[in-house]
Amino acid sequence: MSSLFGARVQRVEDDRLVRGHGAYLDDLGPDALAAAFVRSPHAHARITGIDLGRALGAPGLAAIYTHGDLPPRLAEPLPLLIPHPALTHGRTPYPLARGEVNHVGEAVAMVVAADRYLAEDAADLIEVSYEPLPAVVGLDAARAAVHLVHADVPGNRAANAVQEHGDTAAAIAAAPHVLELDLQIERSASTPLEGRGVLARWDEQSQRLVLWTSTQTSTGVRAAVAAKLGLDLTQVDVITPDVGGGFGVKIVHPWPEEVLVPWAARLLGRPVKFTEDRSEHFVASAHERAQQHHVTVGYDDEGRILGLDVRFWHDNGAYVPYGLIVPIVTSTQLLGPYKPAAYRVEFDSLYTNTVLVTPYRGAGRPHGCFVMERTMDALAAALDLDRTVVRERNFIAPSEMPYDQGLIFQDGRPLIYDSGDYPALLAKARDLIGWDKFPPLKDAAAAEGRRIGIGLACYVEGTGVGPYEGAHVMVETSGRVKVATGLTSQGQGHQTMLAQLVADELGVPIADVEVVTGDTRRFGYAVGTFASRTAVMSGSAVTLAARKVKAKALRVAAEALEVSPADLQITRGMVHVKGDPDSGISLGTVAVLSNPLRYAFDDAAAAATQFAGGSDPSKPPVAPDDEPGVEGRAYFSPVRSTFASGIHAAIVETDPDTAEVAILRYCVVHDCGPLINPQIVEGQIHGGVAQGVGGALYERMAYDEDGQLINASFMDFLMPYVSEVPREIEIDHLETPSPLNPLGVKGAGEAGVIPGAAVLAAAIEDAEGIPIRSMPLSPSDLFELRQAREQHPRPGADARPGAAAAPFPAGSTNAG
Amino acid sequence: MKPRPFGYTRPESVAEALAALAAPDVEAKVLAGGQSLVPLMSIRLAWPDLLVDINRLTELSYVTVADGQVCVGAVARHAEVLASLAAAAAQPLLRKALRFVAHPAIRNRGTTVGSLVHADPAGELPAVLALLAGTVCVASATGQRSIPAEEFFRGPLESAVQPGELATEVRFPVLAGPAAGTGFAEVSRRRGDYAVCGVAVTAWLAPDGRIGGGKAAYLSVGPSPVVLDLTEAVAGGAADAVRFPAAASLARARLEPRSDLHATARYRRQLAAVLTERALAEALGDARETVAA
Amino acid sequence: MNGAGGRQGEELHELRLTVNGAVRTARVPARRLLSDCIRHDLRLTGTHVGCEHGVCGACTILLDGAPVRSCLLLAVSADGAAITTVEGLAEPDGRLSPVQQAFVECHGLQCGFCTSGFLTTITAGLRDIPQPDDEQAREMIGGNLCRCTGYQNILASVHRAAEIIRERAGSRPDAAAGAAVETPAGPA
Repeated sequence: MSSLFGARVQRVEDDRLVRGHGAYLDDLGPDALAAAFVRSPHAHARITGIDLGRALGAPGLAAIYTHGDLPPRLAEPLPLLIPHPALTHGRTPYPLARGEVNHVGEAVAMVVAADRYLAEDAADLIEVSYEPLPAVVGLDAARAAVHLVHADVPGNRAANAVQEHGDTAAAIAAAPHVLELDLQIERSASTPLEGRGVLARWDEQSQRLVLWTSTQTSTGVRAAVAAKLGLDLTQVDVITPDVGGGFGVKIVHPWPEEVLVPWAARLLGRPVKFTEDRSEHFVASAHERAQQHHVTVGYDDEGRILGLDVRFWHDNGAYVPYGLIVPIVTSTQLLGPYKPAAYRVEFDSLYTNTVLVTPYRGAGRPHGCFVMERTMDALAAALDLDRTVVRERNFIAPSEMPYDQGLIFQDGRPLIYDSGDYPALLAKARDLIGWDKFPPLKDAAAAEGRRIGIGLACYVEGTGVGPYEGAHVMVETSGRVKVATGLTSQGQGHQTMLAQLVADELGVPIADVEVVTGDTRRFGYAVGTFASRTAVMSGSAVTLAARKVKAKALRVAAEALEVSPADLQITRGMVHVKGDPDSGISLGTVAVLSNPLRYAFDDAAAAATQFAGGSDPSKPPVAPDDEPGVEGRAYFSPVRSTFASGIHAAIVETDPDTAEVAILRYCVVHDCGPLINPQIVEGQIHGGVAQGVGGALYERMAYDEDGQLINASFMDFLMPYVSEVPREIEIDHLETPSPLNPLGVKGAGEAGVIPGAAVLAAAIEDAEGIPIRSMPLSPSDLFELRQAREQHPRPGADARPGAAAAPFPAGSTNAG
Repeated sequence: MKPRPFGYTRPESVAEALAALAAPDVEAKVLAGGQSLVPLMSIRLAWPDLLVDINRLTELSYVTVADGQVCVGAVARHAEVLASLAAAAAQPLLRKALRFVAHPAIRNRGTTVGSLVHADPAGELPAVLALLAGTVCVASATGQRSIPAEEFFRGPLESAVQPGELATEVRFPVLAGPAAGTGFAEVSRRRGDYAVCGVAVTAWLAPDGRIGGGKAAYLSVGPSPVVLDLTEAVAGGAADAVRFPAAASLARARLEPRSDLHATARYRRQLAAVLTERALAEALGDARETVAA
Repeated sequence: MNGAGGRQGEELHELRLTVNGAVRTARVPARRLLSDCIRHDLRLTGTHVGCEHGVCGACTILLDGAPVRSCLLLAVSADGAAITTVEGLAEPDGRLSPVQQAFVECHGLQCGFCTSGFLTTITAGLRDIPQPDDEQAREMIGGNLCRCTGYQNILASVHRAAEIIRERAGSRPDAAAGAAVETPAGPA
């Protein structure tokens, strides 16, 4: 049997899904009552009254709840999940607003009714009176702090944090050249096709709660819900159904709905379901990406960075349940594959009266990459050097691995790159895009009146973040292998990838391996799916668990066959003597033999009963250090994250008249170590690239000055269709294994999106000769930059981008 | 989100539909394709008392060419108009514009008449109607009337159709003469989105083969489609020109677009100018082809 | 949810649809969206709702053979029609349809939420254009959003599906036909 590691195995998930037999959250619980919410229409306001009078007689109504109805634990703010010493002014929302609302969409009241239509009708009849307060919208307003989001948070500052290695100020002061840049990225969001959803069933008889939720962390939700409802962990099961995409937004927990729905289910003695609709998702889930950065870089004549100082401001929205992960990731991952002699990064995380901000694929890396790569291009321009040459001069060399960047990463551990070969990546990228062949192409295009440009961007991504994941592998008496791991799936093909690993370790056909993820009934200790960690964490855990299973199976079989375990191997589910494939017994039989029985439930089991013979009467049937069954449980907990890397390169064409941007070529060179399933990895890259393009050219959450999200629909929030993504994504791979896990793999989930804004900004700048410092960039934005340049033709002008790129648009909102 | 409750009737004849629309003290709306109305109702921005579903009125699902007009009944889907060879031959601009209307699944259900009554200034068809100076036939329990294009669009999302009235048909004049051509150009953020700016153009040749004249209608530049006569800017020019600077300047000077979330006013003006030239070139190219044929 | 529960004053309408070849009936209020009727009254949950404003296409079904957004249709308005949902695409003997099979072979889905809308759309599209070139394939899927796949493998699936249709019809894929057929990733 050839190894499945590295094989393009068709996904086991697919047959069911293409038949329409998926079971996503809203597909479940047909008998459940439906929840709907009254949400704040104001960005910042005091609630002066809630009048339920007209709503109380609404048809099909089961209950209405406001903050005043909540028991003590639920009446408190929701947990601050990731505390940090620098997060001195952390604020989280109440499950239902308590006297004040801080963003449009914040939940004020929950209605439970016979179905969603009726629940919305009842919600419409609830009259909430508000006293609007000044809304703080956008980073400029947050920084100016003329008004405060939270009265007890001065300067709107949730946190200020600094990390430094070396003496940056001195290094910059002593540097032959210094450049300053202002760079910004605007808000976007994960925007999976399926919104959030929760279904709860409370069983009064057994005093147990079963909760289904469209989440990225079943164990996180379980712990939080148990705590909030005053239940023991063992009273709560959390099951992750099929999930229609997450991309980060579903890692936050518990959402208000995740605690309110089970609470209501228990009170009402009926199952209750909440299915978020698209309008709600825009204003009641989470956004990401808005940051402003100021860079000061000191460099030498060769373009080597002597000192890099980055000061940035992060818009964390109205609350920070997820702590400072995004700005911490920016702070650390900004360094990419480079080794500036001195580096200082300082950020303020600021409140605004907008939707809260939690990680979205990339989680701060796209910002960091944009800042670093635009800085590299600026250095190259200042020195009139090739942009790849400047980068190469700053690379960490392979011989310097492992490389300690002297900072603390998002896992609370030192930022030490384990492996990577950046020069090899660059060579492949230059070759794939045809970097050296481009200048004559550009000239030829110019002769035809066309504008084309080329850009590239490098990134390093910390993946396989801890603290741990675990797995359980068990062989049933049928021979089927059941695998469970606690983290969750949202379409990444985990069930297939993990089955490949187990099938390989155990020597069984992949069709006999079934993997379950995200079900606390099957596996109760886990962290979750984020930070490109599944292959590293659960991949390693299932591998270690499978090895335990294999060892036990061989031991049991060896006893039965009266040979040494070292003489045995497993092929297609048969344990046999090496070189004699017909001599063996099936794994199913081994499972039977491993469990001494009093009662035979079928003929095969009869072989293990007490009178069947073969056991030593002087020894107990189960040895003191042994267990019945063929199963293994293992955990993988790495000392640090492992660092994947890559380079994207693109060629764009800009229309001289309409300023539209077309992507002519898009190349990805990518290193996530060995690939378990190349087809799945490529799919992840494709999806990430599409989100990178979306974030670079199309997607922007547009808030007006009053904190209204004016494009809260798919009509005006521009996720790409097929027509907006590159026609082809050319991919090449490099593999530098990781020494930090048994598989040598690194994470792959976010790689496609990280350099999107950086590479497209670089290519557009190359085509236009205009500095691109703010993304996303629409044709209108580009046109306005052209106009600005015509009026102020100073080359390399580092002025802040004009009005078109401001957090909210110049001129009125759509008067349409 | 889900719509509020409403009354619903599905008449089997136009007369029944008109009677339902005439009900006193009832806010009644016509449901044809529903591609604009249903999402508005789902989001609870619209909540009529009564929906009059005209989808059973198959007598209004025609696309015909007669008396120099392409006649499209109220229940004819965009897809049907697009597929009509007769309509395409008689008035090529229809197909050129319809290709930009949303996506096939929307065009399979949305109706051309409905799109006009919706009167979105960012829509393709209102501009086409305005350019061609078509008419919309409207019926009510008390009679019928024809509304010319120049009176049809009252403002953004507001047509001249009154409560109690049913738009039964739209008439687009066929392309006039052998020496005429049409062009349509649009820039949208994503393929299939409403236009950031768009232009529909008719142009024709003089007997000497040079440009005789041209007319343009613009989408997304104001509360309703704006029609400009380009003749003074293009007449007498070479019919195979690629650039039409005078026409572009005319568009820049006369149009007053606004800024919004997707584009600045200045950029829209730029697009209007550029797209005028592109659509003119296309129209004149077509005209030269038909003359040559 | 049973339409009769708790609906004081809301008139219910009788509905008769042919769904995937079988006659189905329901009693629904006028405001019941066809998407909700299919999913909750008829319990065919393979059709998914991504936006409820007609943009994402996840809810696309075939109405009398033509792709339409079921979230933009009132169930009552579809009375009497023949609709096909994703559950109706497989062959009578249970084998995956060519389009379904192609998606599996080409890794054309990840989370699967948008997939039903693509499958119905492409099924109709290939009926109209059996051998699409690259442009036509893009046009065919141009109105459906996917957040996971970046569309590359969905396009490959369109071409592979066209191939499978030809294979199953007994004719060999014609390498000289000139149609640009992207090489699918293929099974292990």
